[in-house]
Amino acid sequence: MHGGVIAALVVLGFVLPEYHHGAMARILVLAVFALGYNVLFGYTGLLSLGHAMFFAAGLYGTGLAMQQLGWSAAAALPFGIACGAALGLVVGVLALRTIGVGFMIVTLMFAQAGYLTSLYFTEYTRGDEGFTIPQAARAIGGLDLSNADTRYLVAVALFGVAMLLKLWLVRSPAGRVMVAIRENEERTRMLGFDPFRYKLMALVVSAAFAGAAGAAYGVLFGYVGATFASIQYSILPLLYVLLGGAGTVIGPLIGTVLMFYLVDFTSSLTSAYNLVVGVALVALILVARKGILGTIRDKWARWIP
Amino acid sequence: MDWSWFPFEMPHPALLWAGVLEGIVLSAVLALTALGLSLVFGVMRIVNVAHGEFYMLGAVLAYAVTSVIGGHPALGFTVALIVAPLLVGALAAASDWLVLKRLNYEPEATIVATIGMLYIIQQLSLEFFGPDARPVVAPFDWRIRLPWFGYSGYKFVVVGAAILLMIGVWVLMARTRIGLIMRATQFDREMASAFGIPVDRVFAGVFALGAGLAAIGAVLIVPVQQAHYLMGGDPLLLSFIVVIIGGLGSLKGTVVAALLIGLSDGIISTLFTPTLAKILATLLVAMVLVFRPQGLFGTRAA
Repeated sequence: MHGGVIAALVVLGFVLPEYHHGAMARILVLAVFALGYNVLFGYTGLLSLGHAMFFAAGLYGTGLAMQQLGWSAAAALPFGIACGAALGLVVGVLALRTIGVGFMIVTLMFAQAGYLTSLYFTEYTRGDEGFTIPQAARAIGGLDLSNADTRYLVAVALFGVAMLLKLWLVRSPAGRVMVAIRENEERTRMLGFDPFRYKLMALVVSAAFAGAAGAAYGVLFGYVGATFASIQYSILPLLYVLLGGAGTVIGPLIGTVLMFYLVDFTSSLTSAYNLVVGVALVALILVARKGILGTIRDKWARWIP
Repeated sequence: MDWSWFPFEMPHPALLWAGVLEGIVLSAVLALTALGLSLVFGVMRIVNVAHGEFYMLGAVLAYAVTSVIGGHPALGFTVALIVAPLLVGALAAASDWLVLKRLNYEPEATIVATIGMLYIIQQLSLEFFGPDARPVVAPFDWRIRLPWFGYSGYKFVVVGAAILLMIGVWVLMARTRIGLIMRATQFDREMASAFGIPVDRVFAGVFALGAGLAAIGAVLIVPVQQAHYLMGGDPLLLSFIVVIIGGLGSLKGTVVAALLIGLSDGIISTLFTPTLAKILATLLVAMVLVFRPQGLFGTRAA
């Protein structure tokens, strides 16, 4: 089935009109972000309010390495992912000492500090205005990443790799332990597992996914800015995952597509398009805690991973 | 004294004094706003992320009321001081009844829901109020002459009013029957319910009171600042900091921490750039939460 999703995405790339073609590439990158968020939230049960900092770590790690140090995209991309994972490790060691609401607020605070830091070093980051990565530098091997078709296929490839990695992770023994922690941390501890280790692992993996999404965003779309470090971008992956279905493999993709087009559509009608984000959050938490795919899974199709 | 070793340029003493005064005004409003957040957390055990938006609504409503009424600025301002908190409190009670109650006040779910409320309130204000900052005229124009500079007398009134309101809240909590019921609910929700206390109505009331306090703080400060639909962010973050440092749910700690944060913000921002001051404060608070979750002054586990 997951092969089918990827095949369908590749086919879509050839049939979609130009505008949706570009939008879909963006969606796929954001969906990688959501996939990573789901590893932490949907599978391990940890609600982070600071994932924008990992996305931004990838974005700035890649962007600044290319802009300031003149690295090639092929070297800067893995560096961005590493930045996300490293930040995840540092934040995890500190934040995982807290639980529940404490964890949510600590991640929020760290992300806020990260956002302010990106504004503070305006000399390099250009703050809210951001900077662009020159088109000539955005190429890996012979692939020109600023070309729309290549960009789409690279986004599909990235999403495919991320999805399969996640599928493998959640089916692995470590993934089972993560779910066990979500269901009952105390009992998991009794069974002889160290919850802290697995939670830290989930956070680092999740941050690496977010970093990969950020790095890919910088290389594919050539724009790096502080907006991506703001609280808004910590809330969005939560929303995507809640809408699509927490604890499902392709739910985050469904959530990202729907939410992206919903916001895209309303922003053509009104300047207050974030209203949709708010209404969606309240409605989801009130009536459909399990999201679209989660509800379908419970009612009709128990086999959906 | 020789200050040449100091890594930052020492500001002129007058500037430093101005920093202290601004710090006191900030502390007063911050203490009111944070008190609202702290009450809600203390009694209901939920974190209200939309608190900053209730503050913003207070300021925006103050602008709306004063521009409708006209006449002498003091008249419109007095009406705003009464009407704005009442409206905001009513809205809070309604959202408690419509949303939070249905979530059974689960901590995590309510955070997500109040984030949603934050967006809804903020965006609706943008729609109806527009993206511009709007001024509100102070109820009177009176300057105090200090040795170094003149200072707006209105700011001292803000501080006085905030102190009176805080004493009022303390009396309400410690000396009245309503306060007793609120404390009983805080202590043990189920036991209170078993003794016939209408926990639902207490929660709606506390949520309204918390939001109303934020709104009063905003009405008081709006003649000094301006009303803007994005103004809720900073007070939310600072209130969080105050409540966490003061110990979640501790009234005394909240006031002490507000004074600490407000003063240091006023003084630090004359020494460092405001962004660096905010980065340091935010990281410090995160560390307090990680290593001392009960706050610096609190004793009870959060």
